[in-house]
Amino acid sequence: MLSLGGGGAKSTKPSFVSYVTPEVLSPRLDWEDFDEERNPVLKHTQDDLSQRGIFGTLLCTNFRVSFVSDETPLEEMTQHFKNKLYGENDIPLMCVDNIYGVYDEKKKLITKGMLKNKCPSKMIIHCKDLRVFQFCLTYTKEEDAKKIFQGIAHHCLEPKSLKCVFAFSYAASSSPEVQRSQRTVMFDSKEDWTQEMKRTKANLRIVGYNFWMKYGCAMFKASTLPVPQEDGLMQGYMERMLHAVAHTHLYSLKLEDLSETLPTIQDIQQSYNKFKQFFLIDNSTDFWVSDVKWFSTLENTGWLDIIRQCLQKAVEVVECLEKENTNVLIMEEEGSDLCCVISSLVQIMLDPHFRTLTGFQGLVQKEWVAGCHAFLDRCNHLYQKDKECHSPSPVFLLFLECVWQMVQQHSPAFQFSETYLTVLSDSIHVPIFSTFLFNSAYQRESTMKAEAQHLQRGPLNCPAVWDWSVQFDCKAQELFINPLYADKLKQDKAIRKVPRAKHQRQLSLPSSAFKTPPKKGFFKDETESLKKMLRVKRISRWMASPDSPAAATREFYETWQRRPLDYHGLLLPCLDGPAMRLWMQRYLRWIPEVQILGGGPVAITSMLAELLSQVQDLRRELDMRSCWETEAESLQLRPGPLALTRTSLRLSSSFPFASNRNWTFKPAIPTSLLQSLMVTDRLASQEDETNEVISLV
Amino acid sequence: NRSSAALQLKSDNSYYCTAQSNRISLQMQTERQRERKRLDFFLYFLCLFSLVDKDVMYICPFNGALKGKVFITNFRLYFTHTDSTFTLDVPLSVISRIEKMGGASSRGENSYGLDITCKDMRNLRFALKQEGHSRRDIFGELFKYAFPLSHGLPLFAFLSQEKFEENGWNIYKPMDEFRRQGLPNERWRISFINSTYELCDTYPTILVVPFKATEEDLRRVATFRSRCRIPVLSWIHRENQAVIMRCSQPLVGMSGKRNKDDERYLDIIREANGTPKLTIYDARPNVNAVANKATGGGYEGEDAYQNAELVFLDIHNIHVMRESLKKLKDIVYPNVEESHWLSSLESTHWLEHIKLVLSGAIQVADKVSSGNSVVVHCSDGWDRTAQLTSLAMLMLDSYYRTLRGFQVLLEKEWISFGHKFASRIGHGDKNHADQDRSPIFLQFIDCVWQMTKQFPTAFEFNEHFLIVVLDHLYSCRFGTFLYNCESIRDSHNVRTKTVSLWSLINSSTTSYVNPFFTPESSRVLYPVASMRHLELWVNYYIRWNPRIRHQQSPVEQRYKELLALRDQYLKKLEELQLSDSTHMTNSSTPNAASPNQHITHLQTPF
Repeated sequence: MLSLGGGGAKSTKPSFVSYVTPEVLSPRLDWEDFDEERNPVLKHTQDDLSQRGIFGTLLCTNFRVSFVSDETPLEEMTQHFKNKLYGENDIPLMCVDNIYGVYDEKKKLITKGMLKNKCPSKMIIHCKDLRVFQFCLTYTKEEDAKKIFQGIAHHCLEPKSLKCVFAFSYAASSSPEVQRSQRTVMFDSKEDWTQEMKRTKANLRIVGYNFWMKYGCAMFKASTLPVPQEDGLMQGYMERMLHAVAHTHLYSLKLEDLSETLPTIQDIQQSYNKFKQFFLIDNSTDFWVSDVKWFSTLENTGWLDIIRQCLQKAVEVVECLEKENTNVLIMEEEGSDLCCVISSLVQIMLDPHFRTLTGFQGLVQKEWVAGCHAFLDRCNHLYQKDKECHSPSPVFLLFLECVWQMVQQHSPAFQFSETYLTVLSDSIHVPIFSTFLFNSAYQRESTMKAEAQHLQRGPLNCPAVWDWSVQFDCKAQELFINPLYADKLKQDKAIRKVPRAKHQRQLSLPSSAFKTPPKKGFFKDETESLKKMLRVKRISRWMASPDSPAAATREFYETWQRRPLDYHGLLLPCLDGPAMRLWMQRYLRWIPEVQILGGGPVAITSMLAELLSQVQDLRRELDMRSCWETEAESLQLRPGPLALTRTSLRLSSSFPFASNRNWTFKPAIPTSLLQSLMVTDRLASQEDETNEVISLV
Repeated sequence: NRSSAALQLKSDNSYYCTAQSNRISLQMQTERQRERKRLDFFLYFLCLFSLVDKDVMYICPFNGALKGKVFITNFRLYFTHTDSTFTLDVPLSVISRIEKMGGASSRGENSYGLDITCKDMRNLRFALKQEGHSRRDIFGELFKYAFPLSHGLPLFAFLSQEKFEENGWNIYKPMDEFRRQGLPNERWRISFINSTYELCDTYPTILVVPFKATEEDLRRVATFRSRCRIPVLSWIHRENQAVIMRCSQPLVGMSGKRNKDDERYLDIIREANGTPKLTIYDARPNVNAVANKATGGGYEGEDAYQNAELVFLDIHNIHVMRESLKKLKDIVYPNVEESHWLSSLESTHWLEHIKLVLSGAIQVADKVSSGNSVVVHCSDGWDRTAQLTSLAMLMLDSYYRTLRGFQVLLEKEWISFGHKFASRIGHGDKNHADQDRSPIFLQFIDCVWQMTKQFPTAFEFNEHFLIVVLDHLYSCRFGTFLYNCESIRDSHNVRTKTVSLWSLINSSTTSYVNPFFTPESSRVLYPVASMRHLELWVNYYIRWNPRIRHQQSPVEQRYKELLALRDQYLKKLEELQLSDSTHMTNSSTPNAASPNQHITHLQTPF
C-alpha cells in the first residue's frame, strides 16, 4: 500500500515526462528501457475494511517499477516535496526489498525459484525506504499478470552485474554540464586533503598532524591499487605512520579494536532485518496487533541498542582525545565499516564544521567514500546471493541513525535537518549516484573508465548524491536546512561574554582514525602485527583506569553536561534509556495510522519558519531604509524553508513525506487493546472502593 | 534562631527545583524569584511554628552524601548543603511516608536516619548522628506537619494567607460555563434540585438535565444509580446538539433488576437530538462490570435499554493504576533502568493504561462529533468517567485548550463532580497504604501532556503549567484540590478560607503560556493512541535525575528570540514611518505603501 489517507484515495497521475529531467532527455528516449507492457492492475490502499483501491497500469523499466493510475486527479495538488527521479507510485528497482505473493489468502515471500509457479492474486512489494505497495492482479488477464509479475520479480530478485546498474545508462545520457555539487569537498584529490589539513590545523593547532595526514592521504590512494608488490610498501607506510604518530606527538597512543567491543556487521544486518519488519505493515489489523507489545518488540530487535553502543564507543574515543590527550587508533578487521561509523561520529562530536551541511557531506566523502566503505557489498545493490562473501549490512544507515540521535538531542547544533537525513538514507537505494555505488574509489574509477570505453563516449558523468538538484528542486531543498541552527556569529557574541571553559583551550586532537585498506584479507597480517606492537601499551592503558569504561564515560558525560552548553563546541549525546529514540520520520512516515493530522513537530517548525520569513521581510524593509546605527543590531538570519511557510494547508506529522490529500477526520481507534493487559492479579478484579460497600437500594 | 533560618531561606536563591537545573531562561528565573520572594515573605510570618534546625547528611542518590542543615517549617522541609551548592525544598504534604532507618546501635556509615517517601516520584534519605537520639525531634515534627489531619491540625492551605492580584475562585461559575455552551435551551434545562446536596452529596449544586425530565423523575432515577449519581449533562455540541452525559453504574445487581424510570430517562436523552441509538460507554473492562453485579452494581442490559448500545472501554481500576505507577517509579528512581529500558517501561503498563484512556476518549469524542449522544460511566463515575469526559471535551472544544478554559475544565469535571482528591491523594493523612489512593488525576494530566506533545500548537498552556498543577496537587498550599466533593468543601469554607491555585497562575501567566498556541476554534483534535507515539513524560517522572537535561526547548527559545526581534523591527519601522509621514506632509509624493502592507500582514496571525 501506499499511504494515501483513508479510503478512496486519488493520486495525481504520474506521467513519464515529468520524471525525465531535461538533462537526460536525450534525442532517443532510451535511457529507460520499457521492458514490460502496460497491464491493468488494482492498487490497494491500506484500508482493510473498504478494500478500496485505484485502477491503473503497472509497468516495469530498467530503472523502476511504476504504477500509473487510471483516475485523473480531481485537482492539481501542489506537492511540497517531489522527487524528480521517481514519484510516489514509483519504486526504483534497487529500492525493492522483498516481493510477496498472496496465494489463496496466504502471503509468501517470492524467491527466484518461484517464478515459474502460478501467478499470485496479489503482489506486495516492500521497499527499502519502507513503503509498502499492494497490487491486486485478479482484474488482469492471466497472461498479462504473469508477465508483469515475472518481469518485476526478475528485475528485482536476479543478481546483476555492476555494468547493468542503471546509473551507467543515466550517466551516459546526461549531459556533462551537470556538475557535482560545488560546495562539498569530495576528498578525491590531494588538494582537498591539504585543504582539510589546513582547516583542522588552523583550528586545532596540532603539531605533526600535517605529516600524519599526508600518509593517511597517500594510503587511501595507494590502497586502491591491487598490485601485489605494493604489499611491502604498504607495510612500510604503516609502520612509519605508527612511528610518526607515536614519536612526533608526545602523547601516547591508544588502540581501540572495534571488532572486540562492537557488534559485527552480521549482527547489525540481522538486527536491522528484524527491526524494519515492524514498519513494513500490510494492514491496519497488523498495525494494532503489533502496537500491543511495541516497546518490547522494538527492544528485542536490538537495533536501538546497537545505535547506543556505537555512540557510546564514540564518546569513549572522544574522552580519550579530549580528556586524556591521547591519540586513538581505531581498528577492525577490514577497517571500513564500524571504523567509518566511529571516526565520523567522533568528528561530528568534536568539530562543529561537520555539523554544517557541506561539512557533513565532506565528512561522508572523507570517511566513507574516500575511506572505502564497501557500499556496493554492504547495500547489496546487485542482489548477490553469496552473503558470505559480500555480507550486506546497513552500516551507513546505522551511522545516519546515530547522527539522527545527536540531531534530535541537540538540534540547534546542526545545520541540516532530520528530513535531510531521511532523504539521504533513501538516496542510498537510488541507482543514479556514484556515491553509494562502489566498494572503493579504485573500483569507481576503473568501472567508469571501462563503461565509458564500452559506450564509446567520453568520461561518464555520474552525479554524486550531493548534487541534490538531481532529485529535488530548490524549494524542496530548503527543507534540508534546520531553521533552529544556531549561527556561529551569534554564538561568538554569547561566548565573548562568558569566559571560555578551560577545556576548550586545551589541545583537541583530531581523531586519528586510521584505516586499513578495504581489500579482503589484504591487511590481516599487518593488523595482527600492529596489534602485537601495541599490545603492551594498550593493556597498561586499560589497567590504569580503575572503573569500567562505561562508568568512566558516564562521568565524562556528566562533567560535560554540567558546563554551559555550547553548540559550537564539544557535543555529547545522552545515552540513557529514554534518550534513545526511534527515528519516527523515517520509519513511521508511510503508516497512515500514526499520522497526526495537523500535529507533530512540523506544526511548530512551520510556525518558526513563518516567523523567520516575517522577520526577514521586516529586516529587508529596514535595510532598504538603511537605518542601522550599529552593526551589533543586525543579526545574521538564515533563510528558513519556504515550503513550510504560507501554507494554509494543515500538515501532518509525516510531512514532507506521505501526502495526505484526503483528510479523513476519522480517528484511528486502536483494536486488540486488551491482549497484553492480562492483569490477572487480584487487583484487576477488585472493586474500586474496597472499604465501602455499595448500599443496595 | 528562627529569624536566622528565615534569612537563610532568603539568601539562597533556588526555589522548589532540587536538581540543579542548569539552564533555565532568564525569564523563568525572574518569575521564580518573584514567586520565591512572595513565599519567603509569608513564610517569615508563618514559620512561627516549630522550627527544626539541624546538621544532617542528605544521602543524595545522584551526588552521594551531602553534609548540610535541614530546616522544617509547618509547610516545608528545606535542606541546604554546607557550601550552598545544593538545596532541597520539599513541601511537607508531598510526603506520603516517613520511616526510621537503622537504630542507635546500627553500624556502618550513614545507617541511622530517616527515609522519606514522596508522592512526586522521589525518596529522600537523611542520615544523622547516632548520639543522643538526634532524630527524635526531627521525626516528630515531620510526622506532625506532614500529616496534619492525623494530628488534629489544619491543612496548610488554611494557614497560608497569600495575596494575589486575581481571585482564582472566580474562574469557574457553573452558570456562565453552561451559558457558554448555549444552555439552557429548549431541550435541556438547569435543575437546582441538588442545591442543598439532597439528591446527591457528591454532585455539584447546579445540574443540566433533559427538559422533559421532571424533578420527580430525577429522584427516581437516583435510586437506581450508584451513590445517586444520575446521568447529567457535561457538554453539548453546538452544531449537532449531541451531548456527553456522565453518571455512575446502574444498580442492576445479581438479580438483574430493572428500573423503568432510568430506562425512560436515558431514552429522553437519546431523543433530545434525535440520535437513533444512544451509546453508553462503560469505562470498565467487561469482566469487572459483570463482577460489580455481585456488589449490587452492574451495567445497562441490552433488553432493558432497547435504544442503546453498550461499549466497554477496558480501562482498569484505581488499584491497577496505583501498582502501575509504583512499578514506574521503580524503574526511573533513583536510577533509570538502562539496559532494558523499553521492556521495563512496557512491563509497568503505565503507557498502555494511558493508551486505553486516550483511545476511550477518542471514541467518545468521535461519537459525539458525528452527532450521537453518549453516556459515560464507570463504577461510581468519579475516576475513569472524569478522565474520559474531560479528555473528550478537550478534544472537542478548543475553549478547554486555553489556559483559563483548562482551569474551568478541571473545576467542572474533576472538582465539582466529585473526584475524590482527598482519598486519592491522601492529603495530610498518615495512612500511606490506604487502598483508596491512586494516581488517577496524574494519569489524566499525563494524557493531556501526550496530547500537547502531539499537537504542539493547539494548547495555550505549556508543560511547565501541567507540572505546576501536579506539584500543587500535593502541596496543600492552595485549596483547589482539597477534599472529596463540593458539599464537604462548602462545609469547610474552602472558598473563603483558602486561596485558589488559579490565583497564583492567573496573576502572572507568562511562564505558563505556550508561545506556539494558535487558536483554531472548530477543530476536533484526535491524538494518535498508538504506542508508537506515546512516550514517557521524562520531564515529570524523571525530573529529579540531574542527568536529564532541564533545558527549555530550543525551538521555543528560538521562537521567543524571533518574536522579540520582530517586535523590535516593527517598532523601528513604525518610528520610521512616523518620521516619514511628518516628512511627507511637506513633500506631497507618498511612496511608503509597502510598510503599511507589511504591518497589516504581520499582525494578522496574532
